[in-house]
Amino acid sequence: MKAMFIVAAKEFQDGLRNRWVLAITVILAVLAMGIAYFGAAASGGLGFTSLATTLVSLSTLAVFLIPLIALMLAYDAVVGEQEAGTLLLLLTYPISRSALLFGKFFGHGMILAVATLLGFGIAGMVIALGAEGVPLSELSVGLARLIASSVLLGWVFLAFAYLISVTVSEKARAAGLALGGWFLFVLVFDLVLLALLVGVKQGGDWLPYLMLLNPTDSFRLINLSGFDSTQLESGIAAIAQQGAFHSAWPPLAMLVWIVVPLLLAVRRFHRHTA
Amino acid sequence: MNPVIELQRVTKRHGALVRLAEMDLTIKEGEMLALLGHNGAGKTTIMKLILGLIAPSSGHVDVLGSAPDGPHAERLRRQLGYLPENVTFYEQLTGREVLTYFARLKRADRHQVTVLLERVGLVEAADRRVKTYSKGMRQRLGLAQALLGSPRLLLLDEPTTGLDPAATRDFYQAVKALRDNGCTVLLSSHVLPGIEPYIDRALILGKGRRLALGSLKQLREEAQLPLTFRIHGTLLAMQSQLWKAMSLEPIPINERCVEVNVPAENKMQVLRQLTTMPNIDDIELSPPTLEHLYTHFSTRPASLTLGASA
Repeated sequence: MKAMFIVAAKEFQDGLRNRWVLAITVILAVLAMGIAYFGAAASGGLGFTSLATTLVSLSTLAVFLIPLIALMLAYDAVVGEQEAGTLLLLLTYPISRSALLFGKFFGHGMILAVATLLGFGIAGMVIALGAEGVPLSELSVGLARLIASSVLLGWVFLAFAYLISVTVSEKARAAGLALGGWFLFVLVFDLVLLALLVGVKQGGDWLPYLMLLNPTDSFRLINLSGFDSTQLESGIAAIAQQGAFHSAWPPLAMLVWIVVPLLLAVRRFHRHTA
Repeated sequence: MNPVIELQRVTKRHGALVRLAEMDLTIKEGEMLALLGHNGAGKTTIMKLILGLIAPSSGHVDVLGSAPDGPHAERLRRQLGYLPENVTFYEQLTGREVLTYFARLKRADRHQVTVLLERVGLVEAADRRVKTYSKGMRQRLGLAQALLGSPRLLLLDEPTTGLDPAATRDFYQAVKALRDNGCTVLLSSHVLPGIEPYIDRALILGKGRRLALGSLKQLREEAQLPLTFRIHGTLLAMQSQLWKAMSLEPIPINERCVEVNVPAENKMQVLRQLTTMPNIDDIELSPPTLEHLYTHFSTRPASLTLGASA
């Protein structure tokens, strides 16, 4: 248990030192403020439009960015140490393989959580101060939901990254697979789902449940469900708008998406020969 | 003395490839054993088996009284130090940070970090990033890491690659000091003259099999290699009848020097004869070195080897 926290602390410190935390925070904050300010650009205006539009745009940004960041952060967590030779050494230390992997996950998870909280938090404060007529309670609830679900989303893709990292034996392959995974879950899956939506004329009650098969869609569902006025812009999430299932399902699905790949990674890691 | 390491008929297969074949090996407490062999002879495989990083395909491995990959692995791992071949460490961290991290993982005293950095001569570079270290400095950092927590068993895989001769000597003297305190040391190296004065026994491996095992004295007896006499004097090469009388083949080195190979049992007889000759100024005697022994055992035909070990 203690060994796990030693590893987690080291990963987190590495994140501070490599300026991962700073970089993620700045990217998220700047993009979020940009989106808030240029939210009305599509309709020919500048300046803050509505809270709902802004939060939906922010969640769309997060859907693309957070998985990418998480994958880049952690794809070499195991295979990188293997290439450097330190993995071999760590495995001869009094620390179990599970503790090593969970420790790394907590460290990376904290990096993502802190950076997301800071990045979106700063943006939220700027919005609260700069924009007029924003109900503070609504903003904080919406933002809290966005931050919490973004962190969950990040952890899902961290777990994917670990699964990739313990499976391959070269860093370059891990990077390739990570990009492939991002492409599949963030882009391809939704295209397929849209095609199905158009193709299936009748029945199709099962379609909303398909969305739970993709963590990014669960993330969208969490963030879009709060707003009535966003249905026009929500695209794919419209499938689930009739309240096909309980609102606890998407967060639960995301938890499953964290736990299952992570446990698979631990299992594979135990069979791993250094 | 209890055996610290015991390998019983251990075989390790990797697909069709046999990395280690029916290896029997017992290492006693406080012993320093060298693993010698060509690349792929099975040196690293033996170390990984002892470390519990890999499991034997058949046979039994016992380290400090239990299986190294069993339930006692954690207790066992606090008592051993390992220096892998080619470790690069965390480039972004300083030497001190790297060592502190490993010390925490091994539950070693934090004060030991400074003591060890001093011992391996890295105090001045301790707060520089590992990225800036030379090969030798990384190797010394690796050794400091292996010494964390005062281990009972040290495994050193090619520990002196990249070290200059003085650093190599310092290194082995530090290891010897540990050994004298009861630490068991297992090391592999290609720099045979460097380790010769320090080791108790050598295990010579070839293609995963044991070619020879014993102290230098035992290996010399088994190998029956001749001693080399280097004789300085005048007109040595000309005196062919003399060499013939002693049934020796002189190898001329230069005008004033020849070398002859003398079987060990004739050593005193030849020496007596040579000392009576007036034109000889000096005689240098060299017994077969570890390098000669290694060459002898590792180039011997396989059939002979099997006969010897059976």
